[in-house]
Amino acid sequence: MSSVELKNISKSFRYVQALEDVSFMVRDREFFVLLGPTGAGKTTTLRIIAALLKQDSGTVLFDDEVVDAMTPADRDVAFVFQQYSLYPTMSVYDNLAFPLRSPLRKTPEDEIKAKVTHVAEILRISHLLDRKTARLSGGEMQRVSIGRAIVREPRIFLMDEPLSNLDAKLRESLRVELQHMQKTQGNTTLFVTHDQIEALTMADRIGVLNEGHLVQVGTPEDIYDRPATTFVAQLVGTPRINLVPGGRDNGTFFIKDSLMHLPAPEGRSLPDNVLVGIRPEDIFIDPAGQFSGTILLTEPLGVETIVHIKSGEQMLLSLAPGITQLRRGVDVTFNILLDRLHYFDQTGKRLA
Amino acid sequence: MSDFYETGPSKPVTESIRVDKVSPRSRRIHSLRAIVVIALAIFLLIPIFIMAMTAFKTRSDVVSSPPKTVFEPTLEGFVFLFTERAIITPGRITKLQEAAESGDLGLFDRIALKSGQEITGPSDYVTRLKNSLIIAGVSTLLSVILGFFAAYAFSRFNVPGKDDLMFFILSTRMLPAVVVTIPLFLMYRQLGLHDTHIGMILLYTVFNLSLAVWLLKGFIDEIPTEYEEAALVDGYTRMQAIRKIVLPQAMTGIAATAVFCLIFAWNEYAFALMLTSNTARTAPPSIATMLGRGGIEWSAIAAGSLGFLIPVVIVVFLLRDYLLRGVTFGAVRK
Amino acid sequence: MATIELRDVEKIFGDNHAVKPMNLTIKDGEFICLLGPSGCGKTTTLRMISGLEAVTSGTILLDGRNVTWRHPSDRDIAFVFQLYALYPHMTVRDNISFPLRAEGMKREEIDIRIGEVVDILRIHHLLKYKPGKLSGGDQQRVALARALVRRPSAFLMDEPLGALDAELRETMRAEIKALHHAQNATTVYVTHDQIEAMALSDRIVVMSAAEVQQVGTPAEVYYEPANLFVARFIGSPGMNLIDGQLDGDLIRFPGNDSTMAVPAHFRVPLLAALDKGDDVVVGFRPEAAAISDDSTMAGEVYAVDMHGGYKLLHVNLGTATDPVIVHLRADRLASHPMGSSLRFTADPAMLRFFDPKTGRAISPSETAPVQTQPVEVTA
Repeated sequence: MSSVELKNISKSFRYVQALEDVSFMVRDREFFVLLGPTGAGKTTTLRIIAALLKQDSGTVLFDDEVVDAMTPADRDVAFVFQQYSLYPTMSVYDNLAFPLRSPLRKTPEDEIKAKVTHVAEILRISHLLDRKTARLSGGEMQRVSIGRAIVREPRIFLMDEPLSNLDAKLRESLRVELQHMQKTQGNTTLFVTHDQIEALTMADRIGVLNEGHLVQVGTPEDIYDRPATTFVAQLVGTPRINLVPGGRDNGTFFIKDSLMHLPAPEGRSLPDNVLVGIRPEDIFIDPAGQFSGTILLTEPLGVETIVHIKSGEQMLLSLAPGITQLRRGVDVTFNILLDRLHYFDQTGKRLA
Repeated sequence: MSDFYETGPSKPVTESIRVDKVSPRSRRIHSLRAIVVIALAIFLLIPIFIMAMTAFKTRSDVVSSPPKTVFEPTLEGFVFLFTERAIITPGRITKLQEAAESGDLGLFDRIALKSGQEITGPSDYVTRLKNSLIIAGVSTLLSVILGFFAAYAFSRFNVPGKDDLMFFILSTRMLPAVVVTIPLFLMYRQLGLHDTHIGMILLYTVFNLSLAVWLLKGFIDEIPTEYEEAALVDGYTRMQAIRKIVLPQAMTGIAATAVFCLIFAWNEYAFALMLTSNTARTAPPSIATMLGRGGIEWSAIAAGSLGFLIPVVIVVFLLRDYLLRGVTFGAVRK
Repeated sequence: MATIELRDVEKIFGDNHAVKPMNLTIKDGEFICLLGPSGCGKTTTLRMISGLEAVTSGTILLDGRNVTWRHPSDRDIAFVFQLYALYPHMTVRDNISFPLRAEGMKREEIDIRIGEVVDILRIHHLLKYKPGKLSGGDQQRVALARALVRRPSAFLMDEPLGALDAELRETMRAEIKALHHAQNATTVYVTHDQIEAMALSDRIVVMSAAEVQQVGTPAEVYYEPANLFVARFIGSPGMNLIDGQLDGDLIRFPGNDSTMAVPAHFRVPLLAALDKGDDVVVGFRPEAAAISDDSTMAGEVYAVDMHGGYKLLHVNLGTATDPVIVHLRADRLASHPMGSSLRFTADPAMLRFFDPKTGRAISPSETAPVQTQPVEVTA
């Protein structure tokens, strides 16, 4: 396994700048997730690392060695695609053996057999080896794809939204399996997704991409608890973070168009106009709460209920545990965990 | 299958269900349809049937009116097709008759004798057919190979001016072919390509290439790029990826394209007539020119056409599965 | 507004049962979700209610009136499709007014109606555009407007949010719920997303393999799943379901030293339903578990998920080659590295038991303690 570093990578297609000056490093044995909406440049980054695309400028390094001139085959990476990467004309066994039969490796057949059998056991697909890939379910296909990647111990795994075409239950279980496997095998992995849950749950570190720019790099805790911009704040967490305009008035701090006056945050100087981010789980209904509002809507999800509270003209989402008894139209009081508030300036940048 | 449950058919399904499991009504519809198909097939095969019959008729039977459906079959047509003959001089006739009686005369000679002719040597029909096979076969092969790589490049790479180039390729087919025959004739004579195999192969390849590129590009577009990219990162070169991954999946399209190209090159008449005279002459003009030699040998022409049909029928039959999928491409996904 | 009643409604395609005989009464003003994985027959059911699909047998009543063989346009219902089904060559205004013009309504009346729905959905500014210019969310709003404008007696919606991205889905979900509160029209809503069904419905009809598995309020299907399918399908992740063996007052887990005490209110029913040593499936929700060192349940941490507001611990009760994973919801600051061992308990009031032979839930005895989580009755 290797570390992979990108230095000042830029890439543009005919009309769009896909990546602009992107630099980050995936450490050896790390699970790194690139998170961003469609069109952010995630897949482009992945394809540049695999040499399926050539960057306009910048350098790719594997283990501190420049690999820009190397072909995809020479870079020795494994790529797991969103779909379509299993060869439909071959059996599962032949699909798994395919990378080992490459002219670069020329593995003897008995060794191939041992490796394929071993990988099939890890992924619990031994019973599928003789089957044609067209006859597999979505989950089975994706496990074979992952199997084809791990069968040859590449320098890095590149995964391009491998879970996004699967149904919710399957995605949940494969997420756990992937994470477990990556940690027990110590594979360097770069995983691309637009799904913030996948990023938060699996990553050692996350890189957030937006419109070709790397916005923030950090652990899931960094990204969730200290989002660098409002974009990042809104990208992670479900239900979405509440973003409300805040202002200063006679030393107190208030949320505009609402009944909420907050004590001014201690030890920091804020400009007069800010955006305040409040995660829904940091707002909780409390009979002794210092803020008041009306319940507009409740959405029970089972483990918790999303409660839409209207305070003045501001709408806030809050989370209540379990399936709540609260009804819409009821006036409630609530509290906010003040030390978990996020402040952003008018351009969306986090205020330190 | 699950999609079927999800949405269900908006109308009762008749096509996709096995006949023995459907209602009597739809079974009746099914057999009705079969009858129509058979009737249509018979109707369309009538000319071919007449041609086959004509090939086995005598000269007098061919021209009898009304046409005979019951007649005594003869190989006369085939004898005329495969041989050059001369009117027997009176001096030789007894000698030949004696030879026939003693069994020294071959089958063809005896048939020729009946119409008062003597075989002087083989005709050039076999050579023409061979020319057709070589020219059509090689040009088809070339069209498909070149077309495949061109189509692959157009499908996969960012070729500068791609759309314009594709249009240019298509535009080569917009002019009626006859318009260029005279310039071509002059060019070919100048270049020494007149009446050569290579000249005809080049010509047909150029003609077919535009069709091949367009057809094959459509098929290759349907194969997701991810397959090749997976092979590239798995340690294969681009060419190896094409051979191991793209080629097997593009077989349907390649077969369909090959048949289209083959049929064109095989049937082509006008250029063959203009640009060949002897060494490279193909079957279509030579069959047609049999007309002029010592009266119209209808049975020979029919026999020649029959022989001319067979190779194409064999190829189409061998590739029928691919073809069916090929001609409906786009409408049906694999 | 209307009640909808299905009596022994069934659909067969060729040899396959798409919907097995089904009985369901939808009350006036109720929001019902048909929920299930793809291929479970939920869309077919909806299409039969709409009349777009003929029933194989059975009766459909709308407000007590038999409409089984009525044409869709005679049923006074509106259908909202997943892919909007807006006419691309017409403006938004024309799209919305289309069903009214089909009825031959007067111009002034049409304008009033359009004004109303446009207010409700806040799409004034879109009226003059063609659908192609609109975002996915706006297109879905227009589709809703076109359904609303007819003032039908019932709405049928087929995965209306399925084509939207996650963020927008969340917003539109709340909008549909608010809209329902405002209109209070009988609504049948098809989805494969259990979160959507939970958030929106008064009652959920869980379907699988062409059969109704359970009909109940969100709280009922969440806390009292009728069988293993519902237990697994509802919740994300679904209920933890572990194979155990009944041994007196204890449940033992094969291949593991863990035991679990049978709560008092289940002792008699379990003994009645099962023999000693019989297999039983124990179920509990991830949030019903608490990590505690002096517990009788033990496993090894298999993976840890950070979810922002909380963590999910995946604990292996089985072996490395044959893992049995349970999911526990833990505090966001909890630190349990992968591979470390862990003990936990499950709240006895939140334990559920299933008969592995039938898959059905085993009901507790009468003396069961009251639900810890009160059930909301939506107004």
